[in-house]
Amino acid sequence: MWTLLTQIFPYVIAYTIPMLITSLGGLYSERSGVTNLGLEGLMLSGYFATAFFIKLTENYMGHNTCIMFGLVAGMICGMIFASLHAFASITLKADQVISGTAINMLAAAITVYAARMITGSGNIPILMGIVRNDIPILSRIPVLGPLLFARSYWSTWLALAIWGFSFWLLYKTSFGLRLLACGEHPSAVESAGVNVHAMRYFGVLMSGALSGLGGGIMLVTYSGEFNGSVAGLGFLAIAALIFGQWKPLGILGATFFFGFFTTLANVSQVIPALGAIPTVLFKVFPYVVTLIALVFSSRHMSAPAANGIPY
Amino acid sequence: MGDKVTEKEERKSGPFLIAFSAVFLGLLAGGILMAAIGENPFEAYMYMFKGSLMNMERIGNSLATSMTLLFTGLAFAFAYKTGLFNIGCSGQMLAGGLTATIVAHYVFLPRPIYFIVLILSAIAGGSVWAAIPGYLKAKFNVHEVVSSIMMNWIAYWSIYYFIPAYLKGPSLETESSSIAVAQSLRSSFLTKIFSGSEYVNSSIFIAIIVIILVQYCLKKTTLGYELKAVGANKSCAEYAGINVNRSVILSMTISGGLAGLAGLAYYTGYSLNMQIGVMPSQGFDGIAVALLGASTPVGVLLASIFFGILQSGKGFMNAMTTVPPEIADTIISVIIYFTATSVLFQKLWNGWFHKMHEKQEVKNEAAAGMAAQEAE
Repeated sequence: MWTLLTQIFPYVIAYTIPMLITSLGGLYSERSGVTNLGLEGLMLSGYFATAFFIKLTENYMGHNTCIMFGLVAGMICGMIFASLHAFASITLKADQVISGTAINMLAAAITVYAARMITGSGNIPILMGIVRNDIPILSRIPVLGPLLFARSYWSTWLALAIWGFSFWLLYKTSFGLRLLACGEHPSAVESAGVNVHAMRYFGVLMSGALSGLGGGIMLVTYSGEFNGSVAGLGFLAIAALIFGQWKPLGILGATFFFGFFTTLANVSQVIPALGAIPTVLFKVFPYVVTLIALVFSSRHMSAPAANGIPY
Repeated sequence: MGDKVTEKEERKSGPFLIAFSAVFLGLLAGGILMAAIGENPFEAYMYMFKGSLMNMERIGNSLATSMTLLFTGLAFAFAYKTGLFNIGCSGQMLAGGLTATIVAHYVFLPRPIYFIVLILSAIAGGSVWAAIPGYLKAKFNVHEVVSSIMMNWIAYWSIYYFIPAYLKGPSLETESSSIAVAQSLRSSFLTKIFSGSEYVNSSIFIAIIVIILVQYCLKKTTLGYELKAVGANKSCAEYAGINVNRSVILSMTISGGLAGLAGLAYYTGYSLNMQIGVMPSQGFDGIAVALLGASTPVGVLLASIFFGILQSGKGFMNAMTTVPPEIADTIISVIIYFTATSVLFQKLWNGWFHKMHEKQEVKNEAAAGMAAQEAE
């Protein structure tokens, strides 16, 4: 059991991190009061832009520098797509669900369109992703060391740092508290002299940047090539956002939970102890659990009160 | 004099004008993307329309493509009338398609009865898949968008494992074995009319009946009135004695049944087998179809034919030029974005109409003044 855990844990973390950072992006947007169903599309745009940038520069730049700039390119591309959603849902007060759906469809079509022009096939492979490294001293800690610090990507620590920073920003600064208030009672915030539209723009653009980063991290860690789809990871991030009750700690737990079960599904065929359980059960588990969680939490749902309502 | 200068009502932008503007901008965006890769947009569009309308066979293929979109469009529109956002058409389409495929594989009955069983099985599959989010919404106030997205992925993964296990095709692991043509919706009669079109199938007849039924249900029945009342104002409907929870569940169930018919049209009419690992994009395109068609059955019909033309002409365009086929999806998604932001056109057009109206009034006044002078 222990060896099994240490074997699959790096994969669990690799799978969790893109989902976590995307879900965190969704948190910025929805806590500021804008429903964002476009996470899948925003993630895909980052996935594409990172692959494209790395493809262009990988022969001229150092390995890690190239990846770093690639991730930045992914964030920028995510922000561009998110600005479409922000303009529609904040300035024009359009239906946010429709706008989000449009973003998903637009990103799916336009990235593959561009990828086909670049490589012909619609796939963009990169030469090399981030290399896994043992963290020098920490990986020797008993129990925790092999689980968390052995064979880890640097992007994992970057993502966790952003998560920690967001926690601090949202709950410990007046800026963050204003942002949260925009999602609860925008008119009260406005009367206190805060520009609600500007705050919401920040929330949505942040969701674009972080989802783009999520897509980029997915590319440079376990995927290795742009293939036109993030396979529902963005929707899973939305599920995690709800399952985690729109709270940073909640989504950390929820994404880890989803990541764990998806990894189990992927490896269950080769593990005798799990082989007897149909793989499909692991795959649908996160979605079924989210449905059940929705049923139970509907009475005391902590969804932002003004989420989805134009102001 | 007053009878000469008739006061004209100021015009307002209607759904048709907004749909037209969105389509225009969608095609414009597509054209810009084509030009960006060094192609002549006019030429590419010409090939696209040629590819879908060049001869009877191609028209038949385009119609077959449209039928799936028509059903998903109707499904979305029906729920939308009740104020529900059924984003789960894809999953319901998969569920209905799977039940229909199973029936097509294993049920052998005399002709008319077989088709009825086949159609009912597809409706049942889709309805059940949509009734769950409907029930959760009515009973526990779970938002239908989130729950139907979850249902989409549950359908996606269930089929991912179900088909290789029980309906595996002879050659490929990733698709089901084809159903017999005699068990499908394809009809030699239609194929003859459309001079050899392989894909055109009897879903056209089902579609005509369904459009009439949906139109009748929404316009003439108590049920339709209740559903629309719930969509217009939930609390008002409740106060008037309409059972809102029942309406929500019913509306989702009917919507799911229509999406199930999309699965029937696609998997047992158009393609004859089911592929795994594909979330059918028609479910999402249906949202665009419904919104563009202002959620009315006739509007949905027109919009689905238009999207069918785009989707089925893209292959020919891709063969004749270097424009990738994804251009069709790009155009559709730009159109849905601009229907979402229709407020923009509404303001724009209304502003323009207002200006025209004012100009007209100034002219009228001037004319009236002139006439008065002459009379003196």
